[in-house]
Amino acid sequence: MTGEGGHIVQFDNVGLRYGTDREVLSDVSFTLFPGSFYFLTGASGAGKTSLLRLLYLAQRPSRGVIRMFGTDVITVPRARLPAFRRRIGVVFQDFRLVPHLSAFDNVALPLRVSGVPEGEIRKPVADMLTWVGLDQRADARPATLSGGEQQRVAIARAVIARPEILVADEPTGNVDPEMAVKLLRLFEALNRLGTTVVVATHDVHLLRKVSDSLIMRLDRGRLSDPTGALRYPPRPEVAAR
Amino acid sequence: MNAVFSIGSMAIRRNAPRFGAIDRLAPHSRLAGPMPWVIAIMIALTVIAAGAGLALRNLGTNAGAEIAGGLTVQILEGAPAARERQAQAAVAHLRTRQDVAEVIRVPEKDLEALLEPWLGRQMLTGDAAIPVPALIDVRLQGPVTERRLEELRASLKALVPSARIDAQAGWLGPVFDALASLQWLALGLVALLAAASAAAVWLAARSALGGNRETIEIIHLLGATDRQIARLFERSIAFDAAIGGLAGLLLGAGALWLLGSQFARLGSGMVTGGALGPADWALLVAIPIAGVMLATLTARLTVIGALRRML
Repeated sequence: MTGEGGHIVQFDNVGLRYGTDREVLSDVSFTLFPGSFYFLTGASGAGKTSLLRLLYLAQRPSRGVIRMFGTDVITVPRARLPAFRRRIGVVFQDFRLVPHLSAFDNVALPLRVSGVPEGEIRKPVADMLTWVGLDQRADARPATLSGGEQQRVAIARAVIARPEILVADEPTGNVDPEMAVKLLRLFEALNRLGTTVVVATHDVHLLRKVSDSLIMRLDRGRLSDPTGALRYPPRPEVAAR
Repeated sequence: MNAVFSIGSMAIRRNAPRFGAIDRLAPHSRLAGPMPWVIAIMIALTVIAAGAGLALRNLGTNAGAEIAGGLTVQILEGAPAARERQAQAAVAHLRTRQDVAEVIRVPEKDLEALLEPWLGRQMLTGDAAIPVPALIDVRLQGPVTERRLEELRASLKALVPSARIDAQAGWLGPVFDALASLQWLALGLVALLAAASAAAVWLAARSALGGNRETIEIIHLLGATDRQIARLFERSIAFDAAIGGLAGLLLGAGALWLLGSQFARLGSGMVTGGALGPADWALLVAIPIAGVMLATLTARLTVIGALRRML
């Protein structure tokens, strides 16, 4: 389900502050379109992680309107939010794997939360672990995995349920360049299947590796739109994607 | 590459999650933790308190039924011959009445046997013997009321002026009042122990929430509902409560059985009237089951209350 303009996410004058501190995000307005690939860039402390937290519904904004999947997610009853969260895949910057579960069970988590029958879980999870090169580590607990391996488990967990939006916070920060490209290709493959991808990174080299990607740039909590891709209504070539 | 995403046909439920496999997320309880033992002690004390309350109720009911229609007639006549004559007249009169079910003259030998340990043999026989009233045990049809007692007293006094009639229930009234108070005390103890158990479970659930905050946040952000997350803790605490409840039941029931055996050895008819029956034991067995339900409900409310503070 998308909004009236065909967008999947719409932020309108969104502001966010923690407690009584100054706003970490100010007047953020943009739209994301289904099947588009976005890079969110900006210096450390620019507000990338805060913006992503709003996107994966971990946080309510201090002001403004956020519509996702055609629904105002700020005023929607709290009991309905889990259904929205299941449509969003998240790669956390600090991976956030469940420590007492194996790599396999961590990847299977979104499917189990969504109520997928156990018999339909084993093969896709095994395939996903094979694809991220961790089929031999399926039974390993996160504590025994290297940082790069943990990151690949976190990415596999984020994409296993074919989310409509994939939000990734520095997803290639702990992997070697070869694996970084491989993971980006995974995101692209998911994107081609219709998933809207938002990747936060400060690695400018990464931006060039995905053709047709759109750039969102945050500078001290304010969003700039260097390519005009985020404006509403969108440019025809963006809307046509 | 797209083969990796060959899960399109999977039945992902966006709105209607089941709870089955997510349950394995719960860090399962360990008997090394204090929770099962705390619950075991609480359940054992509850079983003992409830068992004592039930025994007191049985004792009161049985004793009450036994003496409900009971009267004791004393013939307070010093001269043995006159006393014997009046006692026979009283027995004869009582046996003619329609409202009297049973009249038993207590044999003098029995009375002497009862008094001998206190007064000595020489005080009961010979010329120096002290006069002992004749006793007649009377059982009315139905319970003794003040009106019936007065009417019977008047009719008997007209015939036997030295007769004194007392309702047996009157003597034991304070005992029954004390029994009732003790029953209320037992009920209060059961309620207090239930509240203490719920508080212990609340603390345990809060502690488990704190210890698993990271895991909870992750599965919360992956789309788990409050009910799914609460269920993880419910299962864990229900397991603890079941183990603790079983141990507590065995402990409490064992203590009650031992106490029952000790009281049974007293050989007192009144005390043995407090023995626990099958229905009482069934009620005691239900206590740990109720404990598990209470613990599960407390855990659910605690966890859901805490989760509601998250977005």
